[in-house]
Amino acid sequence: MDQILSNISLLFEFPVVNLKIVIDGIMIGALFALAAYGLALVWGVMNVKNLAQGDFVIAGGYVAWWFAKQGLPPLLGVPLAFVIMWGVGWLIYKLVISRVIERDLFTSLLATFGIAIMMAQILNLMFGSDTQSIDLGYDSFYFFDGFIDIPVAKLIGVLMATALAAAVIIFMKSSRMGQAIRATSQDARAARVLGINTEKVYAFTFSLNSAICGAAGAIIVMVWIIQPFYGITHSIRAFVIVTAAGLGNLPGVIAAGLGIGALEQYGAHIFGIGYQQAVAVMLLLMVLIFRLVQQRKVRKSLE
Amino acid sequence: MKSKKLSFYGILVAIIIIAPFVFPSFSTQLATLWLMIIVAMTWDMTGGQMGYNSLGNIFFYGTGMYVAAVITIAIPFDVGEYNNAFGGGIYKFTDTQYFLGVFLGILGAGLFCSICAVLIGFVTFGLRGPYFAIGTLGVAIAAGELVSNWEWIGGGQGISLPVFPYDLDLGKTFFYFLYAVTGVSLFVFLKWLYSTRFGAAINAIRDDEEKAEAMGIHTLRYKLTTWSMSAFFIGVVGGISAFQLIHFEPLETAYQTINLGIFMVVCVLLGGKGTLWGPIIGAIVFHVFKEVTWNYLLGWQWVALGALIVITVVYFKDGIMGGLMRSKPEWFNSDAENRAQAGADS
Amino acid sequence: MSSIIEVTRVSKSYGGVIANKDVSMAVKQGGITGLIGPNGSGKTTLFNSIVGYHPVDSGSIKFEGQEISEKPVQEIARLGLIRTFQQTRIYGAMNCVENMLISLPHRKMKFLESFNRNGEGDYEKTDRLLEFVGLYEKRFLTAGSLSFGQQKLLEFAMALMNEPAALLLDEPTAGINPTLINGLIDRLKRANSEFGITLFVIEHNMRVIMNMAEKIYCLAHGEMLAEGTPEDIQNDQRVIDAYLGAH
Repeated sequence: MDQILSNISLLFEFPVVNLKIVIDGIMIGALFALAAYGLALVWGVMNVKNLAQGDFVIAGGYVAWWFAKQGLPPLLGVPLAFVIMWGVGWLIYKLVISRVIERDLFTSLLATFGIAIMMAQILNLMFGSDTQSIDLGYDSFYFFDGFIDIPVAKLIGVLMATALAAAVIIFMKSSRMGQAIRATSQDARAARVLGINTEKVYAFTFSLNSAICGAAGAIIVMVWIIQPFYGITHSIRAFVIVTAAGLGNLPGVIAAGLGIGALEQYGAHIFGIGYQQAVAVMLLLMVLIFRLVQQRKVRKSLE
Repeated sequence: MKSKKLSFYGILVAIIIIAPFVFPSFSTQLATLWLMIIVAMTWDMTGGQMGYNSLGNIFFYGTGMYVAAVITIAIPFDVGEYNNAFGGGIYKFTDTQYFLGVFLGILGAGLFCSICAVLIGFVTFGLRGPYFAIGTLGVAIAAGELVSNWEWIGGGQGISLPVFPYDLDLGKTFFYFLYAVTGVSLFVFLKWLYSTRFGAAINAIRDDEEKAEAMGIHTLRYKLTTWSMSAFFIGVVGGISAFQLIHFEPLETAYQTINLGIFMVVCVLLGGKGTLWGPIIGAIVFHVFKEVTWNYLLGWQWVALGALIVITVVYFKDGIMGGLMRSKPEWFNSDAENRAQAGADS
Repeated sequence: MSSIIEVTRVSKSYGGVIANKDVSMAVKQGGITGLIGPNGSGKTTLFNSIVGYHPVDSGSIKFEGQEISEKPVQEIARLGLIRTFQQTRIYGAMNCVENMLISLPHRKMKFLESFNRNGEGDYEKTDRLLEFVGLYEKRFLTAGSLSFGQQKLLEFAMALMNEPAALLLDEPTAGINPTLINGLIDRLKRANSEFGITLFVIEHNMRVIMNMAEKIYCLAHGEMLAEGTPEDIQNDQRVIDAYLGAH
């Protein structure tokens, strides 16, 4: 308890610490937003709440880590993770998701929960339960007499995340497939009537989501750490972001992602790094309660 | 017809009573089977009968364990000091203290969990569908994290309770019967509950909550009541488990989110949601399957568990009982039809 | 005084679209009141405001003298204001009898009474009401297997089972085979006269409402256009114009 109070008072004594926390939070939050965007995409298009979202992220991280260990340049891990996780996502879609897509929501939720358990355990068997990361070996920029350090690696990570997000957005806006995806998310039946192959759209969307997560994971392994069982925390973060922002609200997802990143860094600073999952879960409960109160005002419940 | 049923239940009760004496080496196994059956039945109360699929019912199991332990320790000792000394050795319980602890602890665990269910339910029952599942999962995970950092109740180390004061084999039988009595009472209770207007009302909530609300059913009150009844029984078995396991720790034993927490859901889906016998059959099939295969899987158990969840969800749509209901509908006449038939016969 | 539902100057808009503007009306206790209007005139919006489906922007809605415009659906229903749905909502997996038994008025039970089994009286009432709507022969069929018209009748019987203080019907004849309409009108009238249930009916079909209601309100473009007896409404030029779309 004393530790917590002294951590809080530190924030007031040295305001520059706040700046550091916010910058760190925003840099990691950009990656959370990426995974959350994928979740919102799948949620909106095929109404599947994917609880394996975080495990896709972690799996992508391990792909990049493994290639880096084989001696490939680490930055190449991002496109490789994108491609490989695309394949994994497609396989999972064909084997499982396509069979539960028409069923009730709990079925798909539980199916993805099963997938999440499997993926975490397989990664654990393959790579062990130690935390892993890739050291890019770049330098850091220092500001405020070294109070704030911005590693070049993190800057590169943020830039790549932004580039990926921009590419996905442009793709969704201008390509035929992107238009088909947006049409399907508005009304799948109408889309079918108009000759859109929704089965193909679903498979593509799920694979794309998996690939985005994979790429996000490949960046996370360079700027942070991964571990087979961190997936559930990433999933919870993605849910928090989407629940806070609402579906189909891209600026909201980005803002919420950055905000969650910053809040988590504050949580880590105040309570200690061991409370990461607890902080994520607390944020989830807080966001749910907040949305609930909001809905009650318009005489509705949250569904 | 009626005597047939009576003799069926008579044989069943006889089997339940003699089982631990016929297979003494399996009595712990059988006790675990009872645990699975009970948690499956309690999960089905909300998940199957009311349509609220909780992923966090394990919260009540863990909380039941801790409440039972704290009550037992608190009767003779100071809880904080006891847990600082890591229980065991130094602190000796008399027989009276032990059994008083077992009795009050288990009862207190059940009651405390029902109250928790009502309090949490006020928030979570505003959530529908997947939000409810994720929200309750969040509650369970958060509780595990908080408890594992709460030094007064042992923190991440967990709590040690005194061992059963008499012969160990007698202890095994003792715990078997604690579970068995809980399980049988739960079965009788549910058989009654599902035949009342209350049972019909929670079915109505499951099938179309908006319609149920529009018909003036007290949806929130019924949902809270159901969950708190279900939480009572999970709390009770949590309490029993605490004494049976002697030592438990927060994340792997008490709030074991992806272990027992998900087993109970799989059991119900396997056996058939929303039926009285489904969860029981599901739990038996699942437990036997798990015990037989577990040791041969060599480290791949958890992968197999994930696969089992996926396969159950994808391929066993209505579960074993659901399948039976479709193929033999005449076995499952409703009360009303039975009445009409009885009227026609006489 | 004798009004069971009183709507006073209710306004509701969605985004920029004004669905109801300063609408006032009253439903007389024990009578049959109708609400008509062309498509898009704001009937369903007003209906949903009354039953608590969404909040109103301004104005007041009173039920038996009690303000209900802020209450959620289930609390309003528990006061005895029961509705039917335009796209009928019944429990498709259950049979008709079970559907009826679920509709017992839970709001009138004490909490512990809900743990009783259904008594002899409940079954008799079920049979009587199913007989009343003509579904007695089909009582053990699952409700989902009934035709749309029969489902509407079942939903109506369920509403009667609930002993409402007032019953709000959202387009009871929409989607029903025209040959069945007369039977339905007759039953609605009998429910009013025999069971003394206040009815508030939203209808698109003019003929139906003229045969049934004592007092009719007509909405157009979100505003109350006219009110009066069926004769008044039938002869009101503004109503005729509104229906013919002359503007």
